[in-house]
Amino acid sequence: MLSRADVEKVSLLARLELTPEELERMTAQMVQIVGYVEQLAELKTDDVQPMAHALEVHNVFAADEVRPSLPREAALANAPHHDKEFYLVPAVLGE
Amino acid sequence: MSVLRQSATELLAKLNAGEVTSVQLTQAHLDQIKQHDGQVKAFLRVDPAAALARAKEIDDRRKAKKPLGLLGGLPVAIKDLLCTEGETTTCGSKMLEHFKPPYDATVIKKLKAADAVLIGKTNLDEFAMGGSTENSAYQKTANPWDLARTPGGSSGGAAACVAAGMAPLSIGTDTGGSIRQPAALCGVTGLKPTYGRVSRFGLVAFASSLDQIGPLARTAEDAALLLEVLAGHDPLDSTSVDVPVPKYSETVKQPLKNLRIGLVREHFGEGLEPEVEKAVRDAVEVYKSLGATVKDISLPHGKYGVATYYIIAPSEASSNLARYDGVHYGHRTNEKQMVAELADERNKLVAAGKTAAAEALDNPLVRMYRRSRAEGFGPEVKRRIMLGTYALSAGYYDAYYLKALKVRRLIRQDYDVAFNEVDLIVGPVTTSPAFKLGEKVDDPLSMYLVDLYTVSANLAGIGGISIPCGMSRNLPLGLQLQAPPFEEERLLRAAHMFQQATDWHQQFPAMVPKA
Amino acid sequence: MSEPYTIIIGLEVHVQLATRTKLFCRCSTKFGAPPNTQTCPICIGMPGTLPVMNREAFALGLKTAIALNCQIARFTKWDRKQYYYPDLPKGYQISQYDLPFSQDGHLEISDPKGRFKPKRIGIIRAHLEEDAGKSMHDEVSGQADSKIDLNRTGTPLLEIVSQPDMRSPAEAKAYLQELKLLLTYLGVSDCNMQEGSLRVDANINLHVDTPEGKVATPIVEVKNMNSFRAVERAMEYEAVRHWEVWQETGQRLGQVPKQTRGWDDTAMITRGQRHKEESSDYRYFPDPDLVPVVTTDEELAAVKSSLGELPAQMRTRLEAKYGIKPYDSDVLVSAGQGLVDYYVELADLVGDGKLASNWVQQDVMRTLNEQKVEPAAFAMRPKQLGELLTAIQKGEIDTSRAREVFLEMVASGKSAADVMKAQGIEKVDESELIALCQELIAANPKIVADIQGGKPQAAGNLIGQAKKKNPNINPGRFRELVVELVGKM
Repeated sequence: MLSRADVEKVSLLARLELTPEELERMTAQMVQIVGYVEQLAELKTDDVQPMAHALEVHNVFAADEVRPSLPREAALANAPHHDKEFYLVPAVLGE
Repeated sequence: MSVLRQSATELLAKLNAGEVTSVQLTQAHLDQIKQHDGQVKAFLRVDPAAALARAKEIDDRRKAKKPLGLLGGLPVAIKDLLCTEGETTTCGSKMLEHFKPPYDATVIKKLKAADAVLIGKTNLDEFAMGGSTENSAYQKTANPWDLARTPGGSSGGAAACVAAGMAPLSIGTDTGGSIRQPAALCGVTGLKPTYGRVSRFGLVAFASSLDQIGPLARTAEDAALLLEVLAGHDPLDSTSVDVPVPKYSETVKQPLKNLRIGLVREHFGEGLEPEVEKAVRDAVEVYKSLGATVKDISLPHGKYGVATYYIIAPSEASSNLARYDGVHYGHRTNEKQMVAELADERNKLVAAGKTAAAEALDNPLVRMYRRSRAEGFGPEVKRRIMLGTYALSAGYYDAYYLKALKVRRLIRQDYDVAFNEVDLIVGPVTTSPAFKLGEKVDDPLSMYLVDLYTVSANLAGIGGISIPCGMSRNLPLGLQLQAPPFEEERLLRAAHMFQQATDWHQQFPAMVPKA
Repeated sequence: MSEPYTIIIGLEVHVQLATRTKLFCRCSTKFGAPPNTQTCPICIGMPGTLPVMNREAFALGLKTAIALNCQIARFTKWDRKQYYYPDLPKGYQISQYDLPFSQDGHLEISDPKGRFKPKRIGIIRAHLEEDAGKSMHDEVSGQADSKIDLNRTGTPLLEIVSQPDMRSPAEAKAYLQELKLLLTYLGVSDCNMQEGSLRVDANINLHVDTPEGKVATPIVEVKNMNSFRAVERAMEYEAVRHWEVWQETGQRLGQVPKQTRGWDDTAMITRGQRHKEESSDYRYFPDPDLVPVVTTDEELAAVKSSLGELPAQMRTRLEAKYGIKPYDSDVLVSAGQGLVDYYVELADLVGDGKLASNWVQQDVMRTLNEQKVEPAAFAMRPKQLGELLTAIQKGEIDTSRAREVFLEMVASGKSAADVMKAQGIEKVDESELIALCQELIAANPKIVADIQGGKPQAAGNLIGQAKKKNPNINPGRFRELVVELVGKM
C-alpha cells in the first residue's frame, strides 16, 4: 500500500511542496482513490490494445514554412522574472 | 416575454428583423449580470464597455447591410479556460492570475469571425478539475435554482449564466462530463462533441485525449447554431478531424424517423435516485410517442469508467500542468524569501552536524518550483497531479496507466457493439439533482463518482448531449443522449424532437424576469 | 594490443536536422539570432498551445535512418519525456520511447591508415525529438541568476544511438567522421559542432582480462566533447582512467550507479557530474496531442530510390572504376560530392584515374583551399585541367613543369596550350633527343662508366645537363634513351 514516504517521493517528482499535514491528508486520500481504481485489476486485458487516443488519425503534418515569431517583449511579457533579454531563474551550478 | 427568456435562435431572428439591436440585447444581459451575479458568481470577469462597443460595431454593420457572421451580435459567455488574446485567462487558478495569452483560442477566433459579442469569462473548477465549481481559486458559483447548491462543474459558470439569463449562449469544456453535468444541474442544454470535432488549440489542457469544447444553450436549436460555429478542422490541432461540418442550425429541425434508442441496463442500478430514474423513463415514453423503438442494451465495462478515467485524466494532467513552474509565465514564489529560508535551513542543519540532511535539501531551483506550484495550485489540482505522477512513475505504469488504456478500449468496444443495434443511447446524466455546496468537497472519491454516467463518452471519444427532462424538488434534471462518433447532428435532432414535445427547457429560475 | 583489456565504446549522437522551422511550430531554426527572438506561444509551451509535426523533419529523419540501414517502423508514435528544467518550458520533451521510427541499422567504418580492420558498427535506433533551450549560468561567482534563451527550444533533433561496437578511440572517431560524411551527403544536417548541430555523448567501459575471464567495468557516460578530436582524446583519457580505477577498486559493472562525466578540453581530463537519483524517472507516456505516423512500403521505396549514391558506395565505385587505392577514394569522397564530381569528370576525360586522383588531391584541393571555393565554383574546369594532363600523357611536358603551368593557369585563367606556348614549351622531336643523348654520353665517360658499373641513378646527372641545354626535353624519355644507348655500348 501507498506509504507516506512514497507520497513524499512523488511530491518531489511532481515538484510540489507539501506541509506535513498536507502530506498526511494526501496520503490518506491517495490510498483511498488508488484503492478504488485498483478494481481494474479484475479485468483480463492481455490481448487488448491500449487506446491512448480517442480517434484513429495518422500522419498529421505541417509544411516547413517559417511564420513570424513573437516579438521578444511579447514573449517575455508574462515571465515573472526577466531582464528584457532572458528569462531569469535562481542560480543552479553543476546541473 | 423578456429577451432573457428567449432562445438565441429567436433573438437572432429579431436582430435580423431589426426588432432589437445587439446593443440592447447585450445591455439586457449585462444588467442581469449586474443584478444577480453578485449571488450566482458565474462570471470571473465582465467588460461591459468592450462588449457594448463590439455590439455597436455589429449593429452598425447590420445597418449598413454588410454581411454578418452566423451569430450576428448574440452575446456569448466564455469559460475562462479558453485563451483570449491580451485578456486575462486564469483557468480558475491562482497560478495564472495575471496571465494574458498573446493569442486567441481557435474557437475564440471563430466566435469573433461569426460576430459573437463576447460578454465575459465564466468561472470553473481550477483547470476544469472538479464537478461543482467549488475548486475555483476565485469564487464558488451557485446554482441559479437554489443558491445553496452547486451548479455542477467544471463548466459551472458556463451553465449557471445561461440558466440565470445572463447569456443566451455559452462555451464550456468537457473532459469527464464538465458540460453535460452542469447543464443537467442548471436545466440547460449542453453538448460535448466527438473528440476531434472542435479544435482544442487555445483550450488550456486538462487531459488532452479527453478534453473537448462544446456549446451550452437554452435549446437544442441554439446549441446547433453555436456548434456550427465552433466545429471544424484546425491545422493547429493535430487531433482535430478533417470532416465536413453539417449545417447543424438547419438540420436540427428535421425529426428523426424510426429512431432506435437504447437504454443501458447498468444505468439503472444502485445509487440512482428514483426521481431521476422516473424522469428518464418518462423521457423514453416521450420518444416512444414520437415513434422511437426502445431496446435494452448493455455496456458491460461502463462500471469501470470512473476508475479508468481517474487514472488517465490525472496522468495526462500531471504532464500538462508541469509547464506551470513559475519560469516563463504564471505564479512564482517570493524568491528572496525562499532563498533566504533555504539558506537558513541549511545553516541550521550544518550547525547541528546534520550534513547529510543539509545535502538532501532541495536546491534553490527545485525549491522555487515546488513552492511556486504549492502556492499556485489548489488542493484538487495537487491531488490529481500527485495521482497522475504516481500512475506514470517507474514500476506503476503498467499496473495503472497502461491498464487503464486497455480498459478504455474495452469501453469503446462496448459502444461500437451497442451502436450496431441502436441509433442513440439514452440515460441519466447524474444520479441526483444539484447537491449542496460544500457537501462533497472533503470527500474527493464521492465527488469523482458524480461523473459515473458521463466519463465513458470522453473515454470512447463519442458525443453526448444533456437536455432538461424534469424537475425534482424544484431542481432541474437532465437526460443524456449519446451517439456514435461525428453524429452530433443526430444528437441535436433527437434533442430538438424532445424539446418540441416538452417544455422542461423552458423552465426558468425566479431570478430570470418574465417580462 | 598489449593492454590486458578491451575498450568498449558506444556513441549517442544528436544531429540537428536542416529544416527551416522547428519540429512542432513554425519558428525559424536559424542559428545566432538574439536571445528569445525565435519563439512563439507553442515553443514557449504556453497554456493551450499544441504541437504539429514538421513534415520535412520527419522526411529528413526517414532518409537518414534508411541510409543507416535501419528497419523503419510502419507505425511510430510520440512520447513525452518528463523532467523539470528551466530550458524545457513544457516540463517535458517530446521524444520517442518504445516505438521509435527506426531501429537496428549499421554503418561501415574503415581506416585508410590501417589502424583497424574495416568493421560494421551497429545502430540501435534513430529517433526524432525536440531540442531544449539554452541555460547560461554565472560561472564566475555562481551567485547571479541563470539566464534562459528559448530560441533553440523545439529544434528538430535526430538521436542516433550506436551499439557499443567500437573498440578504440580511433574507431570512435572514424565512426563519427563516417556518420558526419553520410549526413552531409544526404544534406540532412550541416553537422556544425560549434553551433551545436552535432553533439556527441559517449558510453565507455573496459572488458578486463582476468584469470576468471573477461570482466566488465562500470559504464561511464562522457559529455561536453566539442569536436571529434575531443571525443578521441576523452576516450583515450577515460580508458586509462578506467584501468586505474579498476586496478584500485576492482569495481565491476552493476556495482556502482552509472556515472556521468564531462570532458574539459583545456585541462584534457574528465570530471564527474552530480546527478540526483530521482531525475531518472522520466515517466514516458504517449503524447496525446500528437497522432502516430504510419509509413507505407511505397513511401519507403520512394525514399530509398531518392537517396542517390552514399559515401561507402561511392568509394567502392571510384576504386573499381578508376583503379585508385582506398586511401585515395577516402580523401576524395571525404572532401564531398562536389570534389568527387570534379574528379570523375577529369578522370573520364584523361582516361587515367590515378593521374587525375594525384592532381585533384594535391593541386586542385590545395588551390580550392587557398581560394576558399567549392569545386563547383572553381574557375579551372576539369576540361581545362584535362588538357594539361593530356599534355603530360603525350610527353609534351613533364610533371614538375606542368605544376608551374597549372599555377599560371590558375593565376591567369589561360588555357594549358596558351601557357605552354608562352613559356616556349613544346615537344622535343625524338631524333633531336637521340642526338642530344649521344652528345652527352660522349662528353661524360665517367658517368657512363658509373651507369655501366651498376649505378643507374647516375643518369640523373645527364638528365640535368640535358635540361640545361633544352628545357623542353621529357626527362622520362631521356632517361630511357640513356639506359638504352649506354646498354648498347
